[in-house]
Amino acid sequence: MIYIWIGLGGVMGALLRYSVSAVIDHGAAGVFPIATLLVNCLGCFLLPFLNEKVKDRIPVPIQKAVTAGVIGSFTTFSAFSVEVIMLIEAGRAASALLYIGLSIGGGLLFVRLGRKGAKAV
Amino acid sequence: MILVAIGGFFGAIARFWLSGRFNSTAFPFGTLGVNVLGAFLLGLLIGSGAGESARLLFGTGFLGAFTTFSTWLFEAEQMKMKKAFLYIFLTCAAGFFGAWLHL
Repeated sequence: MIYIWIGLGGVMGALLRYSVSAVIDHGAAGVFPIATLLVNCLGCFLLPFLNEKVKDRIPVPIQKAVTAGVIGSFTTFSAFSVEVIMLIEAGRAASALLYIGLSIGGGLLFVRLGRKGAKAV
Repeated sequence: MILVAIGGFFGAIARFWLSGRFNSTAFPFGTLGVNVLGAFLLGLLIGSGAGESARLLFGTGFLGAFTTFSTWLFEAEQMKMKKAFLYIFLTCAAGFFGAWLHL
């Protein structure tokens, strides 16, 4: 049952994300959210990279558990949005813009790097 | 930690099911939907002043796994420039608005 595999991947992704945020910051309101930025950029690299690497090598449910499950859950859009609003409400609009730019610009760059990296190694 | 794990389990399944149902070859409506809905619900959760356990279970666990940043930009990167811009802009505009409502 593919849903169980996805769920188990989700457990791993969520715990990894939680560990990074526990080590780096505690998500205090209005503080620049380095942990989410890091997690999202890293996930953007790993998704195309692993997607390419696991293709045709392991059973489809496990592939999905790794990509949609682990990496999909590791990265997060909800925390990103809430942090943007919190920065704005803390009067740090410039930081909010920087955070949006770094997340999206960095994310797109890392997706490309992940895709190219998978073909190179 | 167990709360984050339980939330992550169900969040990932819910996202997988919804995006499988609503993502079409023309446009990833499923991913757009889960991200916007998740941003709105996290804003609601934080704005309501929920306690630590509820935040870990529903926020960090469920909604963190329910929404996805990597799949979003992975999809955008494969689109033509104009469409990718529209997809990114739409997700941000609706997601930020949803989060802002209760914060």
